[in-house]
Formats: sequence, C-alpha cells, structure tokens
Amino acid sequence: MPTMSALNVSVWRGAADGRFETFEVPHSTNQTVLDVVTYIQRLLDSTLSYRFACRVGMCGSCAMTVNGRPRWTCRTHVTKVAPDLRLEIAPLKNLPVIKDLTVDMSDFFTKWQRAKGRFAPTKTRSDPVEKIIPDSQARQAADAGIECINCAVCYAACDVVTWNPDYLGPAALNRAWTLQNDTRDGDQRQRLRAVAGDAGCHACHTHQSCQEHCPKNLNPTASIAGLKAAAFRAALTGKL
Amino acid sequence: MIRPHRNHAGYWAFLLHRFSGLGLAVFLPAHFLVLGLAIEDASKLDSFLVWTEGLPVKAAEMGLVFLLAIHLLGGLRLLMIEFLPWRDWQKTLIVFAGGASVVIAFTFIVNAF
Repeated sequence: MPTMSALNVSVWRGAADGRFETFEVPHSTNQTVLDVVTYIQRLLDSTLSYRFACRVGMCGSCAMTVNGRPRWTCRTHVTKVAPDLRLEIAPLKNLPVIKDLTVDMSDFFTKWQRAKGRFAPTKTRSDPVEKIIPDSQARQAADAGIECINCAVCYAACDVVTWNPDYLGPAALNRAWTLQNDTRDGDQRQRLRAVAGDAGCHACHTHQSCQEHCPKNLNPTASIAGLKAAAFRAALTGKL
Repeated sequence: MIRPHRNHAGYWAFLLHRFSGLGLAVFLPAHFLVLGLAIEDASKLDSFLVWTEGLPVKAAEMGLVFLLAIHLLGGLRLLMIEFLPWRDWQKTLIVFAGGASVVIAFTFIVNAF
C-alpha cells in the first residue's frame, strides 16, 4: 500500500484517569482505524491495550470512540472519518475503562441477562420443527433486529445509559424485542415484565443515537418503541 | 458545542422538545399570574394588555407560538412512535415539525398587527 502522508493520532492511555498520547502513523490507502491502532501497538508502543478478533465486522470486539463517535474500527476507513488526517481514539463511553482502549463489558452483558435476552424453548428436539412463515409480521420484526454483533456501539452512544447507569440499554432491549417476536419462545410474559420497569424500555427518550450509530444499520429505537407499545397493551389487559 | 455523537436529527428533535417544554413551563406561571389580574384588578389587566400590543412583546409572542407549535408537533411525533408501528421517515417528520412551526410562528407575527 503506498504511503501518502502521516496521521496525527491521539490515543487514550491508562484507565479512567488517564490521558491522550499522540503518535504519528503513516497514512495509506484503504487504511482502517483498526489498522492505525495495530500499527501503533506493533511498531510504536507494544504496551497499548485494545481488542479485536475477526477484522471483518462480525465479532463486534473492536468498537472504540473515534473522533467523538462510537464506531466499529475494523470497518471504519480513516479517510471517511479523518479528512484532516487527525484521529482521536478513545475507549467506548458508558463502560468502565480497564486500560487504554479496552473496556469492561460486564455491565453490558449482564443487562442482556436482566432483559431475559435468552431464548426459552417450548419444545424438545423430539418435537417436529416449528413452521415459521417468513413474511409474517412477527418474523419480519424479529428479522429486523437479529443481526446484532454485540459491539456495544449503541450502548456507548446512548445518553440515557449515561444519565441512568441501570438502564438496560438499546442492545439488550433490541434482543428482548426479537425474542418477543419469536413464536417459539416461552418466556414472553416474564421478559416483558423484565423490560417494562423504570430502567427498561420506558426510560428511552427516543434520541435515536443507537439507530444513528449502529454499524449494522439496525434500529434499536424501533425495537424499544415496539416493547413500549407491547407493555402498554399488556398493562391495559392485565397481562403485565 | 454539541458533542459529535449527538449531532443528528433525532437528538436535535429531542433537544427542541425538551427546551420548548421547559420554556412553556416557565411561561405558564407568568400567564396565570396575568390572568389572575382579571379577578384582582381589571384596570391593571387592561393596562397590561395595552402594553402587550407593542412590538417587543409581539416578537416574544412569536417565540411562544413557535415553542407551542414545535412542542405539540414533536409530541405528536413521539406519540406516533410509541403507539403506532414504526415509520422509517422520522427525519421527514422532524423536518416537517420544525418547518411547520416556523411557518405557524411567522403567520402569527404577520397577522399580529
């Protein structure tokens, strides 16, 4: 790859009380933000901590804050986010920083459990396979949200999570919504109860930051709106 | 300045809705205080109403009409989101609410004199 010029890269170092450290990294065509971080770690400072795995937008482990916005770094081209060749790379917001660009994802995944984001089967392997009509309304709603890669970009972009650390967050609620639309699932009433509390779907302010930043172009805001309406209907009919 | 992750239509709509609501909440007590003059002293109310015919108050009223319109239309958009199936044209609705509110406020000031 031909080198064109140098990037000025500020990278967060340390834990929550850390600081930005500046590096100069050669800029090349088709370079991603993850390439930049990897260059720094391999050639400039091997003590830099960060996460990645697949490098092709499947695993959801490389998300960071790039020039103030949460992004998946493996699919973020430098030329698109830093036309002036200046990058500021920080850990994801709303999650405790362990070191440098790595955050503790425990809260994020614990909230998936709190939102009952686990499929509850109603049949055994001996039963015949359930017939799902692909263009049914429920299946369409589930399909719209199931491509989540757990990258926590939406969680980091959400101001409601910042204001209320107990808030389940867009990813967990989106997961709950896909399961609410899964006709095979047997835990729908309990799940709706789990997501309808103070720190659940009704806490969403409809900023749409999750939808705006989701690298998979999912729409957790729509999923949360679906949960709100479902919880409202259930409350009216005494089923909540 | 607004932080980069907040700089999108949905967040601006939220800010407009929140601050228009706060503006209206601040206005309402003053509004009731003035209405209370009708019981307390009608001549005071009359002199106040004469004062409100001036340009500065009419300009402020235009702002108030804008706040009312944007809060009403923004609120209807939110009710649509929460009680009707999701529509993908939220940005269009936000632009419509903002544009319609400006037109309503402008129509008010044009007809105020």
